Amino acid sequence: MTSTTATPITETPTAAASTSADAIISVRDLTVAFGSRRVLDGLNLNVARGEILGFVGASGAGKSVLMRTIIGLVPKVSGTIEVFGTDLDSGDKERREVERRWGILFQHGALFSSLNVRQNIQFPVREYLKVSERLLDEITMAKLTMVGLKPEVADRYPSELSGGMIKRVALARALALDPEIVFLDEPTSGLDPIGAGDFDELVRTLQRTLGLTVFMVTHDLDSLHTACDRIAVLGNGKIIAQGTMADMLASQHPWLREYFHGKRARAVIG
Amino acid sequence: MSGPTLEQIAKGDGLALCAAGSWTARFAPALEKLVGEAEKLTGSRPNIFIDVSQVSKLDTFGAWLIERLRRALTNGGHEAQIAGLSANYATLVDEVRRVKPAVPLPASGSALTAVLDGIGRNIYGIGETLVALVDMIGAVIAAWFRVWRHPSKFRLTSVVHHLEQVCWNAVPIVVLITFLIGCIVAQQGLFHFRRFGADVFVVDMLGVLVLRELGVLLVAIMVAGRSGSAYTAELGSMKMREEIDALRTMGFDAIEVLILPRMVALVLALPILAFLGAMAALYGGGLVAWLYGGVDPSSFLSRLREAISINHFIVGMVKAPVMAMVIGIVACVEGLAVQGSAESLGQHTTSSVVKGIFFVIVMDGVFAIFFATIGI
Repeated sequence: MTSTTATPITETPTAAASTSADAIISVRDLTVAFGSRRVLDGLNLNVARGEILGFVGASGAGKSVLMRTIIGLVPKVSGTIEVFGTDLDSGDKERREVERRWGILFQHGALFSSLNVRQNIQFPVREYLKVSERLLDEITMAKLTMVGLKPEVADRYPSELSGGMIKRVALARALALDPEIVFLDEPTSGLDPIGAGDFDELVRTLQRTLGLTVFMVTHDLDSLHTACDRIAVLGNGKIIAQGTMADMLASQHPWLREYFHGKRARAVIG
Repeated sequence: MSGPTLEQIAKGDGLALCAAGSWTARFAPALEKLVGEAEKLTGSRPNIFIDVSQVSKLDTFGAWLIERLRRALTNGGHEAQIAGLSANYATLVDEVRRVKPAVPLPASGSALTAVLDGIGRNIYGIGETLVALVDMIGAVIAAWFRVWRHPSKFRLTSVVHHLEQVCWNAVPIVVLITFLIGCIVAQQGLFHFRRFGADVFVVDMLGVLVLRELGVLLVAIMVAGRSGSAYTAELGSMKMREEIDALRTMGFDAIEVLILPRMVALVLALPILAFLGAMAALYGGGLVAWLYGGVDPSSFLSRLREAISINHFIVGMVKAPVMAMVIGIVACVEGLAVQGSAESLGQHTTSSVVKGIFFVIVMDGVFAIFFATIGI
C-alpha cells in the first residue's frame, strides 16, 4: 500500500489536499518563526496511515522543529495540524486524547534519569491505565523483548546503559501505550552500523506487527534506504520533494543530487 | 470501538473461548479482569480453543493477555490453542510468545532489616565522606603547590569570575540580612537590659557578639547556602555530562581548572563578606539603639570603643577563610560525587548545604574552645 501513495516530486497544494482524507497526520500552511527568522514557511505535509516516512534536510533546516511543532513543543505562528482527523488547536481535552495515541523517541532518549528502565517504561502506563502490578511488569517485559533487550536490563538506571540501549529503552517507553504513531528523532544517530541496522529492522518489524505509522527524522542513508516507505525533503521552510527512494534518486534538484549521489550515498546505494 | 468480550462456548469435549471486540491498551483493565477469570477455568474438557477471529483490534496488551491465558491454561493441564488469527496479528502474537515470564523484583526483606541496613549504610557513609574530604583537601593543597611553582598555571580570569559570583553579587543580600539581624539583637538586648537599667550594655553585647561570632557565622551559613550549593550543582552537572572526563582527557587537571579557582574565590570572598556583614549588623544595632533605646550615636561609638578590642575583630576574621575552605571542600566533594541522574544532583546539592553548615558550626565550636584556651 505504501509504495502506491508516493506523490509526484513537485508538491502542489491541490494534490496534497486530495490525499488528506486518508492522512493520519496532515499539516497545512504551517509557519513557525523564532523572532524574525522563519524556520518553516507555509509547509504542507501528509503522512498516510501505516507508512514509515523518512524526513531529511540539511542540518538546521528545521526537521526537528517540524516534529516538535507537530507534537506541540514549539508554538506555531499560523497553519493547522490535524492528527487522527483532530485539529490540535481544538482544545486541551481533544489534545490529551491524541497525545495518548502517539509515542515519541527523543534524539537523546530523554529517559527519566532517576527512574530505572522498568519504571521508565511503566510511567506512561501507570498514568493512563488502572492495571495490576503483574500486568505492568509483564507488559514491560513484552516491550523490552520487542525492542530486543534482555529482561535483566529492567532494573538498571539510564546512566548505566550504553547509547544503543538508551535508544531501545526510549523506544520501548514510546511504545508503552501501544501508540498508533511514533515520532523518531534521529533514532540511529550515535549507533554503530550493526546497531543502526538492527534498529531499522526493529522499526520495520514493529510497523508490520503493530501497524504503526512512523515519522522518522534521520540523516542515515541506510535507514532511508531500508526502513522508509517514503521520503520527504525539507528546504527553505517547505517540503521541496517527497516520494520513494527511487524518486529521490531520479530527482534533478541540486541539493537532492548532492545528498543522494554524494560520496557517502554512493557507498550505501551503489 | 466496542469493548472486549470473552465468551465460553462448549463444543463436544472441547471448549471455545471466543474473544471479540477491541483488545487494546485502552481496555486493559477490563481485559485483565476477563483473562483473570478465564485463567481460573478448570474442568474436564481437555481441549480449549481461544478463538480470536472476532477481535476487531489487537495490540501488545491484548496479544500478551491472550498469550498469558494460553500459558495459564496449558499449565493447568489443558490443551490450549489460539485459533483464528489473521496474518498481521499472528506476527504480533509470535512476538509476545518470545516474552519470558516477568523476573520478580529482588526480595526486599523485612522492615527491620531495611532499617538496620539503612543505619549501617549511613554509618559506613560517614567514614567515606571523611575520607573524601581529606582526599580533596590533599588534592587542593597539592594543586596549590603546583600552581605556586608555576604561577602561569594560575587561572586569574576564572578566579575573578567566581569572585564576582560569590562575593560581589552576594553583597546586597548579605548586608541586608546581617543589618536586620543586628537590629533584632539590639532590640532584644534593649528589651531585657532595660529592666536592670543597663541599657547601655547593649552596645557591649552587640559589639562582642557580632564581631566574634554572629557576623562570620551568619555569613558563612549564607555563603554555604548560596555559593556552596551553586558549586555543587555546577560541578555535578559537568560531571553528569562528562565534561570533567573531557577535561581530563585533554590533559587538564580538574582540581586545578575547576576547583582551585573556586576555592580561592571563596577564601577571598568570605572575609570580605564577613567584614561587610559585621559592619552592617553594627550599623543596624546602632540604629535601633538610637531610635528605640535612646543611645545616641556618639555615646554608642564611645561605648563600643571601650567594649571591644582589636582581638574581638581578629578572632572573628581569622575564622572566615577557614570556614570558606570548609564550605568549598564540602561543595566540591559533593559536586564530584554526583552520579548520572537528576535525583542524584538534587541529593548532593542538598547534602552539600547541610554538611557545609554543619561543618561551619563545628569549626566555630572548635575555634571557641581554642580561643578560650589561649585566653583571647
